[in-house]
Amino acid sequence: MTDSLLQSKVPAGPMADKWDNYKADMKLVNPNNKRKFKVIVVGSGLAGASAAATLAELGYDVDVFTFHDSPRRAHSIAAQGGINAAKNYRGDGDSVHRLFYDTVKGGDFRSREGNVHRLAQVSLNIIDQMVAQGVPFAREYGGLLDTRSFGGSQLQRTFYARGQTGQQLLLGAYQQLARQIGLGTVKLWNRVELVDTVVVDGRCAGIVTRDLVTGEVRSHAAHATVLCTGGYGNAFFLSTNAMNCNVTAAWRAHRKGAYFANPCFTQIHPTCIPQADDTQSKLTLMSESLRNDGRVWVPLNAGDERPADQIPEHERDYYLERLYPSFGNLAPRDISSRAAKRAVDSGRGVGPLKNGVNLDFADAIGRLGKDVVKERYGNLFDMYERITGEDPYSVPMRIYPASHYTMGGLWVDYELMTTIPGLYAAGEANFSDHGANRLGASALMQGLADGYFVLPYTIGNYLAPMLNQPIPGTDHPEFQAAEQAARQRFQGFLDIRGTRSPDYFHRELGKIIWDHCGMERTEQGLQKALSELPALYDEFKKDLRVTGDGASVNQTLEKAGRVEDFFELGMLMCRDALERKESCGGHFRAEYQDEEGEAQRDDENFAHVAAWQFTGDPMQAIRHQEELEFETIHLAKRSYK
Amino acid sequence: MSNHLSNLTLKIWRQNGPADAGRFESYRIDSISDEASFLEMLDVLNERLIGEGLEAISFDHDCREGICGTCSLMIDGQAHGPQRGTATCQLHMRKFKSGDTIVIEPWRATAFPILRDLMVDRAPLDRIVEAGGFITAATGGAPDANIIPIPKPVADAAMDAAECIGCGACVAACPNGAANLFTAAKVSHLNLLPQGQAERWSRVEAMVETMDDYFGSCTNHGECEAACPKSISIDFIAMMHKDYRRAKVKNRKLLSQV
Ligand SMILES: Cc1cc2nc3c(=O)[nH]c(=O)nc-3n(C[C@H](O)[C@H](O)[C@H](O)COP(=O)(O)OP(=O)(O)OC[C@H]3O[C@@H](n4cnc5c(N)ncnc54)[C@H](O)[C@@H]3O)c2cc1C
Ligand code: SF4
Ligand code: FES
Repeated sequence: MTDSLLQSKVPAGPMADKWDNYKADMKLVNPNNKRKFKVIVVGSGLAGASAAATLAELGYDVDVFTFHDSPRRAHSIAAQGGINAAKNYRGDGDSVHRLFYDTVKGGDFRSREGNVHRLAQVSLNIIDQMVAQGVPFAREYGGLLDTRSFGGSQLQRTFYARGQTGQQLLLGAYQQLARQIGLGTVKLWNRVELVDTVVVDGRCAGIVTRDLVTGEVRSHAAHATVLCTGGYGNAFFLSTNAMNCNVTAAWRAHRKGAYFANPCFTQIHPTCIPQADDTQSKLTLMSESLRNDGRVWVPLNAGDERPADQIPEHERDYYLERLYPSFGNLAPRDISSRAAKRAVDSGRGVGPLKNGVNLDFADAIGRLGKDVVKERYGNLFDMYERITGEDPYSVPMRIYPASHYTMGGLWVDYELMTTIPGLYAAGEANFSDHGANRLGASALMQGLADGYFVLPYTIGNYLAPMLNQPIPGTDHPEFQAAEQAARQRFQGFLDIRGTRSPDYFHRELGKIIWDHCGMERTEQGLQKALSELPALYDEFKKDLRVTGDGASVNQTLEKAGRVEDFFELGMLMCRDALERKESCGGHFRAEYQDEEGEAQRDDENFAHVAAWQFTGDPMQAIRHQEELEFETIHLAKRSYK
Repeated sequence: MSNHLSNLTLKIWRQNGPADAGRFESYRIDSISDEASFLEMLDVLNERLIGEGLEAISFDHDCREGICGTCSLMIDGQAHGPQRGTATCQLHMRKFKSGDTIVIEPWRATAFPILRDLMVDRAPLDRIVEAGGFITAATGGAPDANIIPIPKPVADAAMDAAECIGCGACVAACPNGAANLFTAAKVSHLNLLPQGQAERWSRVEAMVETMDDYFGSCTNHGECEAACPKSISIDFIAMMHKDYRRAKVKNRKLLSQV
C-alpha cells in the first residue's frame, strides 16, 4: 500500500487532460508579487538553467548556485547524441501517446504514468523553445530540422546538433540565464557548493553553502529551494560522468528528511571506451547514435586473437542482430550492456585487455562512403582516436558498458516537490520519469521539461498562499546549527590526519559497488557489499588524509565531503537492490531471469517505487512504497526480439 | 599496447593564492603509462604528494573529454599543449617521450587572476555573454520550430562558431590577452541565424564593448586560432568587426528615429 507521505498528487481526469486540468486549477501569483518571493536554484545544468531563467523572467527573485566556475560547465554540456520530442516531423507515426508509451515501456513499467505523459506532451514545446534560443540543430538541405533514431525506439524522433547536442542545448539555456544575470534578476553564486539544506517547522527554509575559493560557510534563506544537481553515477568511481559530479546536494537533503527513491536503478551505458590501465580516472562515452550505423560483434570463438579485418564473416558473432532481430544494434541500453558483458565473460572480448566488443563501421563506410560517416560522427571518431590512438575509420572501435546515468534520485510528486515541503528536485536529481531504465535522448528532454515547463507552474502553486508571510531568516537557530555542523565536518576531515587520500577511498568504494551492484546483482554479492562497505567507511573515518587547509582552494577537501556522501549512498543502493527481488530495466538480479536470460519482473510484488527514509544510519534506512497504478498502459513483458 | 615513459621532469607553477608571488617547483615522474592522459599523470602526482603529506596541485578540470571548457593548462608555453585542436584533458602521454622536461603553467592574462596554482578566474568571459550573447525569447511563447527553415549551410556555419567551449585558451595564447576569438564565436553564432537578427546590432555593440572593458585589444596575431581546441576560425573575428562597424552606424540611425 502507498505510504501516507508518498502521495503522488497526479490530477484526476483522462491521461491526456491531466496537465491541462492541473494548470486550470493551480493557484497563481500576481506578477507584481512575484518579486517578493526568493527562490534558490542549485545547479545550472539543463534543469537548473532553464528553471532559473524562466522563474526570473516571470518575476521571482532568484539565486543560482553552482560549484562550477561558470554555469555553462554543468555536466549537461557533455551530452552527445540528442533530444527526443514527439514532433512527428517525419510523418513516421510519432505522437505524444507513442513517446509516452515508449518511455513507460522503456522504463520497464516502473515509472509514474502521469509524470511521463506530461513529459511527452511538453516535449513539443522544448524544441520550439530551443530553436527560438538559437540552438543550431542539424537541418536537412531544405532548411527543416533533421532527426534520427536512437536506442529503444523504432521512430526518428531524436533532434541533434552534430555530436554535441547537450552542449548546444545547455548553451541555449545558459545564454537565457546569462541574460537574466545581466539584468540583475538572478544572482549567480559560482564556485559555491551546497553542503546542507535547512528545514524549519517542516518546510525547507534554505541552504548552507561553502565557498570553494575562500572556504566560507554561510546560510541562504528562501521561500522555495530547487535542487537541479544531477545524478550520482560517479558513486562507481569510473563512469562517464564528469569528474566533479556528486550526490552531495541530494544526499544532504535526504539526511534532512527527503526520501530517496529507487537508488538501485542505475544505467550502465553499452558504448563506452573500455578501461586502458589503472591510472584511468573516468570513462568516455561514445554516443549511442553510433549504433545507428555501427555493427556490434565479437569473434565467434573464444581466444581468437586475429585482427578484426582478418576474421571472416562466418566467424563473427553479431550478437545483438542475432538475439534481437527487430531492434538489432539499437536494442535498449540495459539489454545491450548485459549482452556485451556476457560476450566478454565468455572469453570473446577484444582489445589488449580483452575487455571490449567491436563496434564496426566497415559496412557503413562501404555503403555510405567515408564522407557521410565523417559528417555524421566525425567529432566522435576524433575523440576516440585521441583517447585510444586508434583510427576508427580503419579498425573497429572497441566499446564496453560503463556507469552513465541514474534513474533513481530524490522522490518527488507530480509537482516535483520532495517529501520536504518547499524543496523541489528536477532533472537527473529526481527519480520521476525513467522508471528502471532510461531511453536514449530522454534525459535532456526531461531536464528541460522540468525546468522550463513544469516547475515554473508548480512552484507558484506552492508560493501563492505564502504571500506576505515572514520566512525564517539566516539568523534562525536551525541555520546557525547547520553552519556550525558544516564547519565542524570539514575541519574534521582535516583533523583525521590518516594515510589515505579521498581518491583512494573513492576507488575502493567504487569497485565494491561496481562488482556487486553493477550490471548484474545477486543476493550473495549484495550481502557481501553490505558487509564490506561499512568496514571501508570506518577506515575512511579513521585513516583519511586531507592535506592543506580549509580557508582557500582545496580540492582534496572538497573531494573528502563528496566521497563521504557516496559511502552512505552506496550502502543505500545495495540495500535497495537487495530488497527489490525482481529484475527490471537496469536492475538485473541473476536469481530472477527466464530461460533465455531476460529480466523477469514481478508485477505482483514490485510494481512500486521504493522510497527510503533516513534514520541516522543508511544501513538502518526505512523503506516506504508508492504503488504504481497503470491506468492507460497495460503491463506487458518488455520484448525487443 | 601500453608502453611506459620514464624520467619525466615537471616544472609546475605553484601559487598559494591571488596575492602570493608564486614560483616553479620541480617534480619527477619515474614512470607513467603512455595510455594515461596528461591530467591522469597529474592525478598520480597528486596522490603521491598527499601520500608525502604535501598539498595537492590545484587545477581546473571536469568532463575530461574536451567539451566543458574547464581544463586550462599552459604546457611548454602552449595553451592546451602541443596537439592541435585538442583540450588539455584530451592530451595523452603518448605525445611525450621519456626524459622530457615539461613546463606547466596556468593561463596568463590580466583578465584572469590566478586563484591558486594552475587555477584561474575566467568570470569576465561570462560577463561578455551576459551583455548580449543571447536571443531574447522568454519561455513559452516560441512559434513552431519548423516555421523558419534555415538553409543548411547557414545552420552549419552557426554551429561551427557555436562549438566554442569557453575555455579561454585564445586569451591565454594572445600576446595582448584579447578575447576576440571567444567573443566573435558567440556573436557569429547568433548573428548568422535568422532568430538572431532582431538583436544583431545591439548584441555586437554590447558584447564588443564589454569585451574591451576587461580584455586587451586584438592586433591580428592569429595565435588564438592555433591554440583553440575547437579550431574556431579567425574569420569570425573579421565578421564580428564588420558587424560592429555597421552596428555603430545603424544603432545611431535607429536612435535618431526615436
Ligand atoms: C557523457 C554523457 C552523454 C549523455 N548524452 C545524453 C544524450 O545524448 N541525450 C540525453 O538525453 N541525455 C544524455 N545524457 C544524460 C544527460 O546529459 C544528463 O542526465 C542531464 O544533462 C542532467 O542534467 P541536469 O540539469 O539534471 O544536471 P547537470 O547538468 O549534471 O547539472 C548539475 C548542476 O548542479 C550543480 N551542482 C551539483 N551539486 C551541487 C552542489 N552540492 N552545490 C552546488 N551546485 C551543485 C553543478 O555545478 C551543475 O551546475 C548524457 C550523459 C553523459 C554522462
Ligand atoms: S574560441 Fe576556442 S580557445 Fe577561445 S574560448 Fe572558445 S574554444 Fe576556447
Ligand atoms: S575537462 Fe572538460 S574540456 Fe577539458
